[in-house]
Amino acid sequence: MSESVNETRRRPVASRASSRFGGFAWSAELRILLVAVLVGAYFETANHDFLLTSASLQNLSQFVAPAAIIAFGEIMLMIGGEIDLSAGMVFAFAPFMMAFAADAGAPMWLAVLAGMAAAGLVGFVNGAVTVFLRLPSFVTTLGTLFLINGITLTISRGTPVSTPGGLDFMAVMGGWGYSEICWAVVIALAMHVLLRHTRWGLHTVASGANPLGASEAGIHVNRLKLGNFILAAVLAGFTGILEGVRITSIDPQAGGNQIMFLAVAAAVIGGTPLTGGSGTIIGGLIGAAVLGMLNDGFTLIGINAFTFNIILGAAILAAMIFNIHVARLSRRGRS
Amino acid sequence: MAETGGPLALQAQNIVKRFGAVTALDGVSLQLAEGEILGILGDNGAGKSTLIKILTGFHQQTSGELSIRGEQMLLRSVDHARSLGIECVYQDLALANSLSIYHNMFLNREIVYPGPIRFLNHRAMRERAAQCLEDIGVHVPSVTMPVERLSGGQRQAIAVARAVNSNARILLLDEPLAAMGAREAGLIIDLIMRLKEKGGLSIVMIMHNYAQTLDIADRIMLMQRGRVTYEQHSAQTSVPELMEIVRREYRAMREATNGGAA
Repeated sequence: MSESVNETRRRPVASRASSRFGGFAWSAELRILLVAVLVGAYFETANHDFLLTSASLQNLSQFVAPAAIIAFGEIMLMIGGEIDLSAGMVFAFAPFMMAFAADAGAPMWLAVLAGMAAAGLVGFVNGAVTVFLRLPSFVTTLGTLFLINGITLTISRGTPVSTPGGLDFMAVMGGWGYSEICWAVVIALAMHVLLRHTRWGLHTVASGANPLGASEAGIHVNRLKLGNFILAAVLAGFTGILEGVRITSIDPQAGGNQIMFLAVAAAVIGGTPLTGGSGTIIGGLIGAAVLGMLNDGFTLIGINAFTFNIILGAAILAAMIFNIHVARLSRRGRS
Repeated sequence: MAETGGPLALQAQNIVKRFGAVTALDGVSLQLAEGEILGILGDNGAGKSTLIKILTGFHQQTSGELSIRGEQMLLRSVDHARSLGIECVYQDLALANSLSIYHNMFLNREIVYPGPIRFLNHRAMRERAAQCLEDIGVHVPSVTMPVERLSGGQRQAIAVARAVNSNARILLLDEPLAAMGAREAGLIIDLIMRLKEKGGLSIVMIMHNYAQTLDIADRIMLMQRGRVTYEQHSAQTSVPELMEIVRREYRAMREATNGGAA
């Protein structure tokens, strides 16, 4: 008798588990997906060339991809309760390091690695100062934001250089219209697996949710944070290289705080709170898509450039309010 | 104190712990038989937490000796104590609220697939966690549920289950019934009694509530100002008696302070 009771009690556990992926509910991703579909549907009815032509899709994907890739790094940091404000400056810094390496005679693949290694070094500094000198990452990366910007302007003497590399290299690294979004999707999948299916990701969530508890369980919280700072900086640097190749020119003023804040906004509207302890990579990708659609959609409708930022800002607020309150309502409904 | 013939699960002799000029523990001795539940009572600052932290290997004693299952040793670190089967459930529970029950139960002891990247084996962890909870009679709707949606008592139960799940032989519970209503506390008391019946586990509990402690523990130990002032089998003492001892100590302390001031 007690056996059968146990069986019926255990069955719903199994069935509910199988409807989820790795034990995590997809509710955050579904919410932002709903927002994305609504925004897309609105602009598609307002302007029939919005989504379904190659030119506008390319345009959209080129806006979405950079913000998304940087957002993935920010999401890992935000889950752990940290943030990297210097990402936009690393975005401008890394391609110069790549160009210098190429000028010095390095083959392009090595030059790309050099650019990413330079970005990783900035990430290491961000992480080391935050973790070992116990500065809040907001302050650490605010410092490196200006520091790296100054270094980039100094070494470039404030002038752009043309991007080195052959045609094949160009096509793979951002020259072809869809190569950036392909990179973004591939990196999104890899980062999603890292977050949900490795101990690194799981421990990042745990250390963001309960830092003391995580270390009591024997998790090396500092090592995780340091690694995530490096990861975020390398992703930002890689994005800068992709954009440099796409535009065929490396500009010391590229990226900057605009792209960093877009990435953080994509992360937040995608369902990663700034408070740490939870987050989603796929949500960040969809969040970047929502921002891209707002940006492209309003441009295509022909909104005045002055009013554009007003509408974009209001739309970001509306999307976030919707996201947060739907989350609260659905949580109340379940408990 | 130990009436059984076998070696004690845990024995501490004359443990002293000083933090600079402050003496937190002033010669504490403790015996824990296999399968026994020992309740430690005492005011804040009596040294209970310091004692627990020495038993978990978090602090090392200034002097005195510790034996685990008859073998004398110094607990070098939390990991070292853990490798000897000593697990502690802290008051803050050390749970990650946003993570699911099964992730919490396997935190830093995850089951992974073989291979260079060692992907998490979510299915195995889910099944093992559900099995473990069932074995010790903890009922939750689903092990995939985030811990933040559980009540205080359920969260405590998960924290205890995690410790048991990692093959604990000596379980240290730091105020397991703190800030809990009667129903929730009953849940945890039942769980502790079930763990005792299953056997193979010796438990040291830090407690505040005298009645609850006499209910659960086989033996109680009263600590005051870094010393053990009273030790007795639960059946041979009562709440009034314990209260009287505490009152006497308290009066003596006040007189000593007043006398010093005069």
